Amino acid sequence: MTDVVSIGNVSVKFSSDRGETEALRDVSFDLPRGGFLSILGPSGCGKSTLLRVVADLVAPSSGSVSLFGRSPSEARRARDLGFVFQDAALLPWRTVRENVELPLEVGDGARLLEKASKPEDLLDLVGLSQWHRAYPHELSGGMRQRVSIARALVTGPKILLMDEPFGALDEITRDRLNDELLRIWKETGTTILFVTHSIPEALYLGERVLMLAAHPGRVREMVPTRLPSARELSLRESPDFVKQAGELRGILETCG
Amino acid sequence: MKGDTRRRVLPAAALAGILLLWWLAVALFRIPEYIIPSPLHVARTLFGDFGTIVRNLVPTAVESVLGFLLGNLLSIAVAALFVHQRTIEEAFFPLAIIVRSIPIVALAPILVLLFGNDMAPKVIIAALVCFFPTLVNMVRGLSDVNPQALELMKILSATKGEVFWKLRMYNSLPYLFAALKIAASASVIGAIVGEWIGATEGIGALIIHATYNFDTGLLYAAITAACVFSVLFTSLISFLERRLVKWAPGGV
Repeated sequence: MTDVVSIGNVSVKFSSDRGETEALRDVSFDLPRGGFLSILGPSGCGKSTLLRVVADLVAPSSGSVSLFGRSPSEARRARDLGFVFQDAALLPWRTVRENVELPLEVGDGARLLEKASKPEDLLDLVGLSQWHRAYPHELSGGMRQRVSIARALVTGPKILLMDEPFGALDEITRDRLNDELLRIWKETGTTILFVTHSIPEALYLGERVLMLAAHPGRVREMVPTRLPSARELSLRESPDFVKQAGELRGILETCG
Repeated sequence: MKGDTRRRVLPAAALAGILLLWWLAVALFRIPEYIIPSPLHVARTLFGDFGTIVRNLVPTAVESVLGFLLGNLLSIAVAALFVHQRTIEEAFFPLAIIVRSIPIVALAPILVLLFGNDMAPKVIIAALVCFFPTLVNMVRGLSDVNPQALELMKILSATKGEVFWKLRMYNSLPYLFAALKIAASASVIGAIVGEWIGATEGIGALIIHATYNFDTGLLYAAITAACVFSVLFTSLISFLERRLVKWAPGGV
């Protein structure tokens, strides 16, 4: 099975002065290539830790992770991974364009230059081509996050990991970026793992929603979304959407 | 007045007011010239003895600039070492913070005894007063990096060198310049103190000479020259800061 992201019985334990905390216990799921998985759960459910295990930032205490047949560290070295953080984490001394180019400058990024997307095309994709010479402090929060999405996509990653990327934005910006993300997903065909604590966002974006329970973080339920594949904002008012959001809320209440 | 004009005119008016008060006080209270000279007398000396003052300002300026370069380059190198060798930092950084609170100028006589009467001890004193403030700021600037930016570099498989040159070094620049602006004026103080202990030329030597001879006009003129140099030096650093640090401070 090399055409899936496969997480098998992953557990993560952190030891600190106050003893051992179990961040994740026996988490398993599969995600086919090109899929969009929302990961939803209360704080403390380890959803960020799960993303960091996939990104090779946290080593699992046990269990297996296969990213299209590669281990996280192999995938990281092959530049299969793009990561979008909650705060855009742009380098303030670099212009928008220079920020997007960063992944091609460090590590062995230069060897990707041929297959990499052109930074200007990506800025076009996220609607910021006018702003390529601006510095991050000249941009709004939503624009910064678009730059960081362009930066994550510049190496043409097979998997895009997003850790509450729109959590700090106002609702209007967030809705607009949700639609843009869906468009980008369709245009690039990349596989996306999207962590959020917003029920409507998880439901609107994902093909499935992985619900995690807290203390320790574990899989509560994998919920397929029963929504038309062509999504637009008005969908959020539809009875189907409202009904399913209510179901997710019901499950989420048993997760804390 | 518009904001820009205000910012220029008001301090100039304040300075003129202080000079006027000084002149009035000396004239009204008949303060003898060997205690406080009038500003006019200082101005006359400044122009009359211009050659003497410049001849003595040059060695002081050279000592402070050399000391500034030596002290700051060294502290930047040590800060880079600290950030990459945590054990060395844990061993020496607390010591550096303690040594920073020692009044370095009090060590001046020791350095003069060690390095003789020429330029070397003055340069070393100037370097020492620059070293510790810059070291402390630089260590902070190199380490206080946005943790998500560090994670990003790890995901990009960046080498330690790339993390240093593309992330830590830039991150430290605002901290570095804050220290350099203090170091610029501190290095002038260091050089002058060094000259007090033992020198035949330099602003420090001129100050001692003028004091012993109750030549207050020359004393005040020498101090004014040192002030002007110090302000110009600090302004140069501010200018470089504006050219090099164009982004807003704080993380984005």
